[in-house]
Amino acid sequence: MITDKMELQPEVLEAVVIRFVGDSGDGMQLTGTQFSDTSAMFGNDIATFPNYPSEIRAPQGSLYGVSGFQVHIGSVEVSTPGDNLDLLVAMNPAGLKTNLYALKPGHTIIVDSNAFNKKNLEKAQYQTNPLEDHSLDNYRVIQADMTSLTKEALKDVEGLDNKAITRSKNMFALGMVYWMYGRAKEHTIEFFNKKFKSSPNLIEANTKVLNAGYYFAETLELIPNAYTISPAKMPSGTYRVIMGNTATAWGFLAAAEKSGFELFLGSYPITPATDILHELVKHKHFGVKAFQAEDEIAGISSAIGAAFAGDLAITTTSGPGLALKGEALGLAMMIELPLVVVNVQRGGPSTGLPTKTEQSDLLQAMYGRNGESPVIVIAASTPSNCFNFAYQAAKLALEHMTPVILLTDGYIANGSAPWKIQSIEELPEIKNHISKEAVEDWHPYTRNEDTLARNWGIPGTAGFEHRVGGLEKDNVTGNVNQAPENHEKMTEIRAEKVKRVRNYIPDITTEFADSGDLLVIGWGGTYGSLHSAVKQINQEGYKNIGFAHFNYLNPLPKNTEDLLKRFKKIVVCELNNGQFAKVLRINFSGIEFLQFNKIQGLPFGNNELIDEFKKLVK
Amino acid sequence: MEATLEKKYTYKDFESDQEVRWCPGCDDYVILRSMQKALPEMGVKKEEVVFISGIGCSSRFPYYMNTYGMHSIHGRAPAIATGVKLANPNLSVWVMTGDGDAMAIGGNHFIHVLRRNINLNIVLFNNEIYGLTKGQFSPTSTVGQKTKSSPYGNTQPPFNPGELALGANARFFGRIGGNVPKDISQMLIEAHQFKGTSLIEVLQNCVIFNDGCYSNITNKDVKEDKQIFLEHGKPMIFGKNRDKGLVLNKLKLEVVTIGENGITEEDLLVHDAKEKDPTMHQMLVRLQYPVATGIIRSYDDVTLEEREDELTKQVKKNSKFTKTNDLFYSGEIYMVK
Repeated sequence: MITDKMELQPEVLEAVVIRFVGDSGDGMQLTGTQFSDTSAMFGNDIATFPNYPSEIRAPQGSLYGVSGFQVHIGSVEVSTPGDNLDLLVAMNPAGLKTNLYALKPGHTIIVDSNAFNKKNLEKAQYQTNPLEDHSLDNYRVIQADMTSLTKEALKDVEGLDNKAITRSKNMFALGMVYWMYGRAKEHTIEFFNKKFKSSPNLIEANTKVLNAGYYFAETLELIPNAYTISPAKMPSGTYRVIMGNTATAWGFLAAAEKSGFELFLGSYPITPATDILHELVKHKHFGVKAFQAEDEIAGISSAIGAAFAGDLAITTTSGPGLALKGEALGLAMMIELPLVVVNVQRGGPSTGLPTKTEQSDLLQAMYGRNGESPVIVIAASTPSNCFNFAYQAAKLALEHMTPVILLTDGYIANGSAPWKIQSIEELPEIKNHISKEAVEDWHPYTRNEDTLARNWGIPGTAGFEHRVGGLEKDNVTGNVNQAPENHEKMTEIRAEKVKRVRNYIPDITTEFADSGDLLVIGWGGTYGSLHSAVKQINQEGYKNIGFAHFNYLNPLPKNTEDLLKRFKKIVVCELNNGQFAKVLRINFSGIEFLQFNKIQGLPFGNNELIDEFKKLVK
Repeated sequence: MEATLEKKYTYKDFESDQEVRWCPGCDDYVILRSMQKALPEMGVKKEEVVFISGIGCSSRFPYYMNTYGMHSIHGRAPAIATGVKLANPNLSVWVMTGDGDAMAIGGNHFIHVLRRNINLNIVLFNNEIYGLTKGQFSPTSTVGQKTKSSPYGNTQPPFNPGELALGANARFFGRIGGNVPKDISQMLIEAHQFKGTSLIEVLQNCVIFNDGCYSNITNKDVKEDKQIFLEHGKPMIFGKNRDKGLVLNKLKLEVVTIGENGITEEDLLVHDAKEKDPTMHQMLVRLQYPVATGIIRSYDDVTLEEREDELTKQVKKNSKFTKTNDLFYSGEIYMVK
């Protein structure tokens, strides 16, 4: 049962990377989520990365149907899901075949040996059974007959069909991993009690299988119980584990409550943004109006209508949806209404890689509209700070009377991390430009001198009746005015309004070095990968490498140029073909920007970054 | 609502300071004035009226009304209006649109707003042509119609707006000529009073690009013979001499003459606009002779806002969350010391 070729010393580990892989119907996402939640509650820092195919239930056993969930747990700060695996749990041959490359030599594989039958081996294109042909001799393989052991554990539970039985074998694997890492089962059992409230036999079944796996691992003395990972040192406070998309949704809930507006969401389902809609529709108790529209265009259009009528209005989408929303976004910019557009980026172009991550919508966000059409563009950089940037997007939209595009991506949107809960009292004030009392000579386009935000007259209030529209308008009165000088003036005002947002956003800061040989630049969801790579190289003695990560993309922070000039070399790292590098070149023409790009639908790996940085400072 | 209204408006209260720029002789002027005259009769406050339009000649409408308004983008007015209404259900929301705006580029929003039955009003200016882009065929242009984009005749069969609307489960559909201001005003008032999405198709003449497209239906000398003006609960009777009517012959409507073949007024169909089953309403909107005008369908149904409101009340009643902090600190939280 155990092929233990490698001598393993019991050890206390700082961090461990585990990947659960199986068929897309094997419940790997659930297994991984349970393990990461339990670890977070144990006090570990965590970072997770679900990686699943775009098919809902791809053919069983196929190589392209493999679904995976990776979790990085640590007693130290972890900011990425990790590169190389300490443990691979493979529920079938296809999972093993497609993921073995990531496992560190000498480390552990747990397999459901029942699944390594002729049919599955053929589907995974194995000529011989890897469990028998010595191809895994460099690893520590733990074989468990999970399918049959699960069946055995459930023989006395009534009312279960064959499907329900085989579906719970993922809990056997989870039980084994819980024992190996000294995790308590209670959190997961509590989860069963809630999830299967109306089916007591499913509670019993899942609990039994989880226990069976746990005790199976305990009984196998050959598994050393020494993979202890102590709690991480994190700032004190109350925490919860949160997914990026949930954090985004909650940021808007908080912004609505703080600002006193009702929240309106107009949205059309699209991967990987739909979870924000799923989350917000739940919160009718807060007065959230979440409207699933007939298409992307109606999603943003209904939000524009709601903004006109005085709601905090948002619309959520991913790349192709942003393309469809472009014209309406131009209208929102033209009529200067507050509106937040969330784009959870995925691999493009066209339908591209819907379930994979990429940062290739930056230029679309900046420039993807007809005419001179500037909007604020900001990006979140971790699952938990999606909360802050959603909040900030709403604040900027309301305070500057302009659309804001918030960019996240599939990686941080689906990833989860501990979130130190921010209660509403701690969050900054949000002002607005609503006209309240009728004044002589009120005009919809009279502007605030500092921000250039216009007056916001809300339907239902007497004295502010006015018309807005997509035709060029007269400054101040807002009436149609297509005179040449007026158009130029209005174009400049709209640009200046967005430019002035610089005065209201924080400066860009550097980590690890303030000046030196190399500045590593990133933006958005790559923070974790870049931060840990620069941190590691710094610890190796490369003290002249600094790291600057941008969350504010349009406008850029005021001190950006000053920062850039303090480094000899600059490399802009992006999961695209160099879009932010282009933006920087446009803004800072005398400076050379090197690029490091990856366009595989996957986040940066630690090693590839470190290799690149070392090359650049050699 | 009327009781709380302090002052009685006149049509002048609804005129904006903007110069109206439609072509001289356009029916749009008639519709504009009919609206300005109807609004004081509706008992709504000026500040609670919102006009939303898309793109096209008809869509300039909001600029000419001294209310809240938005001249938006092509085809999207129903979606924008839906957002306005969901944000503030107390507003009286009007979508002003044309045949191209509503049924070509905006076809999707048009059918979905009707399906949902949100309480707003749509006025469709149907002139069977694209006017603002100077004369291309529209989704309601007839086969064979010669236009700038169909110099040898249009080969695309048209939509019948009423048929499309009823197919999308419109609860209220009215049709009216563009040259009868009092009837238009009256229909606007009834659309306003109707709870749900109401759609009015105005047979609007375009003097420049499609002049006379309805002259054989709407001209004064022919209209009584060529139109049947339907009123709920009244027999389906028409003609200058009030001697023609409609009966059902198998599965088709048939025109009969009172006094011929023993037909009396009692034999005629009686119009039931409130009937849930739209079969008869569909037959009426398809009728070529006579062309049915008046309120063809007016079926009372639950609105989207009512459903949403009811659901929200229920959720609020059963929820333990009133503030976001309740949510943030709920479920699985843990302390780090």
